[in-house]
Amino acid sequence: MKTLEDLKKLREQLQSDRKVRKMSSTQVIVGMGTCGIAAGAREVMIAILDEIAQKKLEDISVCQTDCIGMCQQEVLVDVVRPNEPRITYGRVKPTDVPKIIAEHVVNGRIVEELFVGKIEQ
Amino acid sequence: MEHIRAHVLLCAGTGCISSGSKKVEAAFQREVARKGLIDEIKIVETGCHGFCEMGPIVIVYPEGVFYCHVKEEDVAEIVDSHLYKGRIVERLLYREPISHEKIINYNEINFYKKQKRMVLANCGHISPEVIEDYIAAGGYEALGQALTKMTPEQVIDEVKVSGLRGRGGGGFPTGMKWEFAKKAAGDQKYVICNADEGDPGAFMDRSVLEGDPHRVLEGMAVCGYAIGASEGIIYVRAEYPLAIKRLKVAIAQAEEMGFIGKHIFGSDFDFKVKIKEGAGAFVCGEETALLASIEGQRGMPRSRPPFPAISGLWGKPTNINNVETFANVPQIIVNGGEWYASIGTEKSKGTKVFALTGKINNTGLAEVPMGITMREIIYEIGGGILNGKKFKAVQIGGPSGGCLPESMLDLPVDYDSLIQAGAMMGSGGLVVMDEDTCMVDVAKFFVNFTQSESCGKCTPCREGTKRMLEILTNITEGKGKKGDIELLQQLAKNIKATALCGLGQTAPNPVLSTMRYFMDEYEAHINEKRCPAGVCSHLSGYSITENCKGCGLCKQVCPVTAISGEVKSRHSIDQEKCIKCGACMGKCPFKAIRKG
Repeated sequence: MKTLEDLKKLREQLQSDRKVRKMSSTQVIVGMGTCGIAAGAREVMIAILDEIAQKKLEDISVCQTDCIGMCQQEVLVDVVRPNEPRITYGRVKPTDVPKIIAEHVVNGRIVEELFVGKIEQ
Repeated sequence: MEHIRAHVLLCAGTGCISSGSKKVEAAFQREVARKGLIDEIKIVETGCHGFCEMGPIVIVYPEGVFYCHVKEEDVAEIVDSHLYKGRIVERLLYREPISHEKIINYNEINFYKKQKRMVLANCGHISPEVIEDYIAAGGYEALGQALTKMTPEQVIDEVKVSGLRGRGGGGFPTGMKWEFAKKAAGDQKYVICNADEGDPGAFMDRSVLEGDPHRVLEGMAVCGYAIGASEGIIYVRAEYPLAIKRLKVAIAQAEEMGFIGKHIFGSDFDFKVKIKEGAGAFVCGEETALLASIEGQRGMPRSRPPFPAISGLWGKPTNINNVETFANVPQIIVNGGEWYASIGTEKSKGTKVFALTGKINNTGLAEVPMGITMREIIYEIGGGILNGKKFKAVQIGGPSGGCLPESMLDLPVDYDSLIQAGAMMGSGGLVVMDEDTCMVDVAKFFVNFTQSESCGKCTPCREGTKRMLEILTNITEGKGKKGDIELLQQLAKNIKATALCGLGQTAPNPVLSTMRYFMDEYEAHINEKRCPAGVCSHLSGYSITENCKGCGLCKQVCPVTAISGEVKSRHSIDQEKCIKCGACMGKCPFKAIRKG
C-alpha cells in the first residue's frame, strides 16, 4: 500500500463484495411460499443469481417473499425498479430468467407474455 | 457457484458472547449447510451493536431485519423461514418497551433512531478481525490523506478546528495537547492510547476496541505523524481479553498491509504499535500513573508539571489520549475539522458515547450528539425506567462524577453544564437509578470504590476517603450523628483542594452531588434513623400505618411472629424480632404496611 490511489482501488473492489448489506434500488423478489418452492422457486432464484453474476450486474438485491395467494401462478417473480410500479410475473421457469433480466431489470421493458399484475408503489 | 445474496451478521462482542452468540454462530453454520445455502448466505462475526440487553443479536441483510435474544434453538427457524423462504420470524423481532410495537428494521428502533453513530459507525456492521471490512468502510483514508497531502501542522490545525476534547473525562482540547507534544524537544516521542477504562458500569472503550480496533490504530498513527512520534503504545487492562486479542489481530493485519511499519504510504513516516496490558488498577487510568505502570513501576501518579507532553514515558515527550478520542480522529481528517465542529454545542463538539446501565429498559451503548438532554437519552433512547418505576437520579461520570436529580433532566449534556451541575462527563458511564435507590448508599458505594482504588501516595486521598467512608457507613447503619454532614463537607472540600491526582480530587464528587440534591435523605438517616428508600437494612424496618383494619393477615404470614395486635385494631411490628422479609407487606389488603 503505497499511495492513496492503491487504497481507493482496493476499497472499491472490497465494497462490491459488501453491497449485499444494503437494499439496492432495484429488487428481484421471488415468491418462496411452500407452493412456490414446490413449483421450482429455488431453481428460479438460483438462475436469477447466476444470471446477475454472469452479466456482472450491480446494484440489484435478490430477495424472497412469502406466498401472496396466487398459488396457481407460481413461480411468481416480482421486479421493482426505482420509481416504477412493482411488476409481478407468473409461471416463471429458469429458462425465462435471462429474458426478464435483460428486458425488464436492465432495460425497463415489461415482458408481456409472463406478466400477471402490477402494484403502484 | 457461489452467489452471496444475504449476509447474516452475528454480534460477537463480550456482551453477546456471554449470552451465547458463539453457540448461535455454530448453529447458523450447521443449519445453513443443512439447507444447502452455503453458496448463498454469508455469516459475518461483528463487534458490539451496543444493544447488549437484547443479545445475542442477529441482523439479516439486505433487508436489515433485527433479531434479538436469539438462542441456539431458534436458528433452525430463522434459516428455514427467513433465509430459505423469505418469511420473517416475528417472535424474535424487537418490541418497543412502551408501545410493545414489533419493529422489523434495525434503523427503525427508537434506541438507534435517536442516536448519531459516528465513532460507533462500524461497530456491529463490520467484522473487527477483517481489515478489508474496515477498508471497505473507508478505513485508512485519513492516514493516507494526512501522510500524502498534509503537513503535521495542518493535521494539528484540523484537530484544533474540530474542537475535539478528550473523551477520557477531563475534556482537554485534543489539538492543543498534540501541539504541546509536537513543540516539545526530544529525539524520541510516544503516542499512548489510554484503554484503562475502569469506571463501574462503563464499557464504551472496550466496545470500540472490540468492534472497530483499526479505527483506534488509525487515529494513533495520525497522531504519531502530527507530533513526530514513531512509537505507539496501547495501555489496555488485562480484564479485556477479547479487546486485546482483536487489537493484536488488527496490528498484525495493519503491519502486513503497510499501514503500520516503515515508510507508510511511501512517506518517511515510520510507526509501530505495541500493547501493554495493565493489571486493572483504577488509578492507572490517570496519565502519570499509567506512565509509571508502563515503565514497570507501581502505578502511582506524580505531580504535574512537568506534563507528559514535555516529560512523559521514559522522560520523553508523550501524548496520551483515550480510546474514544483517537477513534474520533480519522473522520475529522477525512471530513474536515469544520464539519466536525458543526455537530454539538458551542464548547463541546461532536458526539459522545455513553454506556447506559442501571434501572433502564434499554441498557447498552448510545452515541449521541453533545448538547442532547439527559431526558432524551434516558427516555427516548433508553426507553424509560424499568418496570414503570419512578426516576430518581442518574449517576454520570463514574466515581469522579455525580448524581443528578429529576430537576436536572433537561440539562444539555456537555462538558461545562455537567461540571456546573456538580457532575462531570467522565468517560461516559450513565447509571440510572429508580425510586428504590438510597442516595446515601450510592455515595457510600462510590467512596468505597475510590477508597479501595486509592494508591495511597497522598494523605488527603488515602486518609480522607477512608474517613468519608467511615462516616457514610455510620450514617447508613443508623449511627449517624449531628455534625456528620458538616464534617463530610469539610473533608470533601479539603480532599478536592489537596489530593495529588484526579482520582483523589474528584473522589468526593458523588458525596457532594448527592448532598446537594438529596440532603433530605441524609437528614432522614441521621435524624430520624430512617432510610426513605428502604435500602439500608439497619434502618429499613417495616411499620404499620393507621390504614390497618386489624384483619390479622399479616400476623398469620409473619414467619417470626413479630406482629401482634387485637382483631379490628391496629397491629404493630416488633422491630427486634422482624427479619425484614416483606411478607406482611405483600399480604396486606389495605396497603397499611410501610417500608423505610
